[in-house]
Amino acid sequence: MRQSKGIAHHAPPPPTGPVPYDQEFSQVLLRDMLRIRRLEEKSAELYGAAKIRGFLHLYIGEEAVATGALHALTPEDNIVATYREHGHALLRGVPMGRIMAEMYGKKEGCARGRGGSMHLFDADARLFGGNAIVAGGLPVAVGLALADSMRGTGRVTACFFGDGAVAEGAFHESVNLAALWQLPVLFCCENNLYAMGTALECYESQPDLTAKAASYGVKALAVDGMDVVAVHEAVKAARTRIAAGQGPIFLEFKTYRFRAHSMFDAELYRHRDEVEEWKTRGPIHTFSARLKAEGKLDEAQFLALDREAEQEVEQAVEFAEAGEWEPVGDLLKDVYTPGGPA
Amino acid sequence: MSHMSYREALRRSLQEALRQDPRVFLMGEDVGRYGGTYAVSKGLLEEFGPERIRDTPLSELGFVGAGIGAALGGMRPIVEVMTVNFSLLALDQIVNTAALYRHMSGGQFSVPLVIRMATGAGRQVAAQHSHSFEGWYAHIPGIKILAPGTIEDARCMLAPALRDPDPVLLFEHTVLYNMEGEVPDECRVDISSARVRREGSDVTIITYGGSLPKALEAAETLAAEGIRAEVLDLRVLRPLDDATIMASVRKCRRAVVVDEGWRSGSLAAEVMARIVEQAFYDLDAPLARVCSEEVPIPYARHLEEAALPQPEKIVAAVRTMLGA
Ligand SMILES: Cc1ncc(C[n+]2csc(CCOP(=O)(O)OP(=O)(O)O)c2C)c(N)n1
Ligand SMILES: [Mg+2]
Repeated sequence: MRQSKGIAHHAPPPPTGPVPYDQEFSQVLLRDMLRIRRLEEKSAELYGAAKIRGFLHLYIGEEAVATGALHALTPEDNIVATYREHGHALLRGVPMGRIMAEMYGKKEGCARGRGGSMHLFDADARLFGGNAIVAGGLPVAVGLALADSMRGTGRVTACFFGDGAVAEGAFHESVNLAALWQLPVLFCCENNLYAMGTALECYESQPDLTAKAASYGVKALAVDGMDVVAVHEAVKAARTRIAAGQGPIFLEFKTYRFRAHSMFDAELYRHRDEVEEWKTRGPIHTFSARLKAEGKLDEAQFLALDREAEQEVEQAVEFAEAGEWEPVGDLLKDVYTPGGPA
Repeated sequence: MSHMSYREALRRSLQEALRQDPRVFLMGEDVGRYGGTYAVSKGLLEEFGPERIRDTPLSELGFVGAGIGAALGGMRPIVEVMTVNFSLLALDQIVNTAALYRHMSGGQFSVPLVIRMATGAGRQVAAQHSHSFEGWYAHIPGIKILAPGTIEDARCMLAPALRDPDPVLLFEHTVLYNMEGEVPDECRVDISSARVRREGSDVTIITYGGSLPKALEAAETLAAEGIRAEVLDLRVLRPLDDATIMASVRKCRRAVVVDEGWRSGSLAAEVMARIVEQAFYDLDAPLARVCSEEVPIPYARHLEEAALPQPEKIVAAVRTMLGA
């Protein structure tokens, strides 16, 4: 391992071992990581062009988490996510065009332009947001699981949140409730080692986040979040246990964000060398390399997948560009549900 | 007609809802084994079991948020928060999540959640158990605010609140729990209108919740002096029923607003602003209000009484207005 004073958090060794999937599914995982990556890169570009405004949080570097996890869930499961959720929305089947249109603020967006980048919603995809209050989604996820437990639906609720959320009271109240009532919740902590500019060890008395969840009697495991295979296997196993009524599970995905926290971030709090080291463990190229070594991918196929992803992004941008602004006359719509009792 | 207490009326409304709709359940601190902090849910655990009368940990933020999730997930939760002071620990979920879901999702998700809580002073439980924050909540678009001030509303407001597709907060004033009165056998109340509780023609006393009985008492005193005060019960603090307020004010041409919230930035201020906007030229006198004094509610009985709106203060405000 390279030693440098500038590196506070070294990257784990690159994932090894055989990829336990056939060629088709392996390429699906790769394709979806590429789709997220290209969507995010284009979003950053469009932010620079002032097409997207407000806060924009990119998932570049963390793609293996959403990809591995969401492919291990069923379409009936519930998803609760944060403001860093473009990838989650995309892999839940929200069309990329509707995600892009939402970031443009157009009425064709998946929240009609009312939410923007941080508040992607889709009822059909059972995507319950896009919550920009750190840890705000956790109690809601517990409630969704409570409803499923009372109604016997067999659904699992997967709740994504950052390492920063673990310091919030909402995290502790939620994990306690889920454990107390043995609810079907999968707590997915995307530990990218920083909450904005504050490193984990600067804000957590106990930086082992699994220890926190475990103290509530919840099964808690740390997973290499840079390895799509490790993520997928962990979530598959966790979902099976949860669906069998064995209570909630906490998974800590150790990952890293390659870009700034949002578009307003000079990255004063971490050294370039650290970012560069983690980039060498990027989830897309390490996975591609493994697939190539196993004969499940060749360069032509990789390029074809990448081109497909870029085409999807181009079409999404066209869709967003062609979209319309909601008439200002509709401003007060959807504060309350139409047709409530008098 | 049957005779019962405000507490009993609330309990009957819960019981009825739980019997009629299997999606309804009650959750909160000490709602089950303890029987409810104010004994509203006493006996419900025995009838409906611990799944539907669900004791929670001391986690206001957690279980109010869980109520939101359960509502999104197809249930019809009733969440009880012990008192409005404690609801501040859940403020984030109420204001940043429940109130915003419908809008942020572009109309895709509604949150059919009812949150009940006790509010108000008058029982010498001091500053951290006595405040009236319903006016604060009434500031927030996306939620509805109810304040039953009669036995009938205590008995009947829950059903329409549960039918409402959006979050509804129901404020029960603690001094009213023991109040007794008649309720009709069939509920016919809405959760959209204000009601005239006593007809009059000289001045409208506009109030709600725990101040309603005080306003009615003041009107009785004034009647003995030949002043006919109309008493208007807002009932619904958000959205406000402007039409009923203005109709009464236009008739009486004078109005006093009585609100247990503090004067500055109060609901009373909002009601007065609306009257000024909509009925200024129908007024014969400047508006007046009787609010809580700008002090945390004190423990000592005489100071607590002095801090709150009282019938005598209402009478005095009306007399001053009429130059009587
Ligand atoms: C309750 C709350 N406090 C502060 C913020 C401002 N904020 C937005 S993101 C963030 C960092 C969160 O870090 P983490 O949970 O690790 O997620 P990450 O951004 O790393 O994915 C902060 C402090 C917020 N949105 N909500
Ligand atoms: Mg983080």
